[in-house]
Amino acid sequence: MPKRVGMEVSLAIGEAAMLADVDVIAAYPITPQTHIVEHLAELVANGELVASYIPVESEHSAMSACLGSAAVGARTFTATAGQGLELMHEVLFVAASMQLPVVMTVANRALSGPLSVWGDHSDVMAARDVGWIQIFTENGQEVFDNVLCAFRIAEDKKVLLPVMVHLDGFHLSHMIETILIEDKEKVDKFLPENDYPLPLDPKKPVSMGTFAPPIIYSEAKKAQEVNLQKSKDVVIECWKEFNTIFGRQYKPVETYRSEDAKTLLLTMGSFSETAMATIDKMRDDGQSVGLVRLRLWRPFPTKELREAVQNAETLVVFDRAFSLGGQSGPVCAEVRSALYNETRKPKVTNVIGGLGGRDVTVAGFEEIIKKGVAMARKGSKQEFEIYGVRE
Amino acid sequence: MAFKNEIEVTWKDLEIGSIVIEPGSAAQYQTGGWRSQRPVRDNTKCNKCGLCFLYCPEGCITQQEDGLFEANYYYCKGCGICAEECPKDVITMVEEEE
Repeated sequence: MPKRVGMEVSLAIGEAAMLADVDVIAAYPITPQTHIVEHLAELVANGELVASYIPVESEHSAMSACLGSAAVGARTFTATAGQGLELMHEVLFVAASMQLPVVMTVANRALSGPLSVWGDHSDVMAARDVGWIQIFTENGQEVFDNVLCAFRIAEDKKVLLPVMVHLDGFHLSHMIETILIEDKEKVDKFLPENDYPLPLDPKKPVSMGTFAPPIIYSEAKKAQEVNLQKSKDVVIECWKEFNTIFGRQYKPVETYRSEDAKTLLLTMGSFSETAMATIDKMRDDGQSVGLVRLRLWRPFPTKELREAVQNAETLVVFDRAFSLGGQSGPVCAEVRSALYNETRKPKVTNVIGGLGGRDVTVAGFEEIIKKGVAMARKGSKQEFEIYGVRE
Repeated sequence: MAFKNEIEVTWKDLEIGSIVIEPGSAAQYQTGGWRSQRPVRDNTKCNKCGLCFLYCPEGCITQQEDGLFEANYYYCKGCGICAEECPKDVITMVEEEE
């Protein structure tokens, strides 16, 4: 029987990594992620988890150590946030191109400057193109579940890619929630042992991370892109299998009361749950609104997104980050691009908000939807509007 | 050379993560393609001292059976160090287009 516990979400992530029999954790503490690796350090120190815990001197070193550990075939976990994700930035690309199945939770945090420890998605968006599989979660159970899924997806021989599991800093990382901690036997059934096919081994030497002159670089990048795009099938298959064993289903694009809705709101991460309450309220008021939540950010679920929004008149995309000097928030830019050549598509408007830890309430999302619909109707001087900023 | 010619390698031929599973594959990289000048020898002046062989940063100069030295143009980058160091002015750097 699974244990139903009241637990801080960060600690539940540590429990998930322990249930996954992680071999190596290399991490550097940074707010709002610290409790995750602190808990894992505790579990290793008190002997509950038999693993190597490498306390490194920076995030750049953390990710580099993770690469080495994954390269010998060890199950490898780390966590970071905000500036930490930025400091490991160049190594993130290397992990993906070397196809090393590292799993990392990112407690999403606003990037400096000005200095902020609070949450938004600017760290994710700066790491958008690093070649990792990226999954967004909305509550503690989803993070717990998707950490288990992340190991299975990352280490699948058809994939072999690093996976980020995103959770909103503070809004999710520091919440105490009711979480089902699943049975070890069931987790073992779901998650086979890591069997990296070409590990560093003195008996069978290989060269990893070699340089690629112009004659081969394009071929290497094409192979990487095809592999990442194809991984979507494995992600979907993994979520189905997870549902069979544990009874909770995840999808690349999830919807809420969206079937016949004229207006759709698109969100990512924990704010989606607030937005669901808004949809309930507005539906009760007789308005034709629904919600679309993007769970799989990379590879981008283009087909699923098109299907989810094609019948709506207006799609209001809510971004929790700027693309400074760009045309819209980064999520909206991708959504517009996915729909541009479609014949059946909604008008897409963009509202940016929830920046640097600022909350968006149930009433707030109603305002955002109304703002988005008004922009679609009347047009706007800007390609996007910012919610809640004092003029 | 035991390797597939690099021009024939497609993206489907690459190992996972572009891992190289055979040792010594760097030998197929034609660094001679970088060359704009070619070392040409007048072996009548050569006293077989071997300084060109010692100074060559590419390690592409080898001694022949008759004791004279030859550069392997597959690897020679045309840096000109052999020509600079030769005490007998055996080696002249010639533009590749000539």
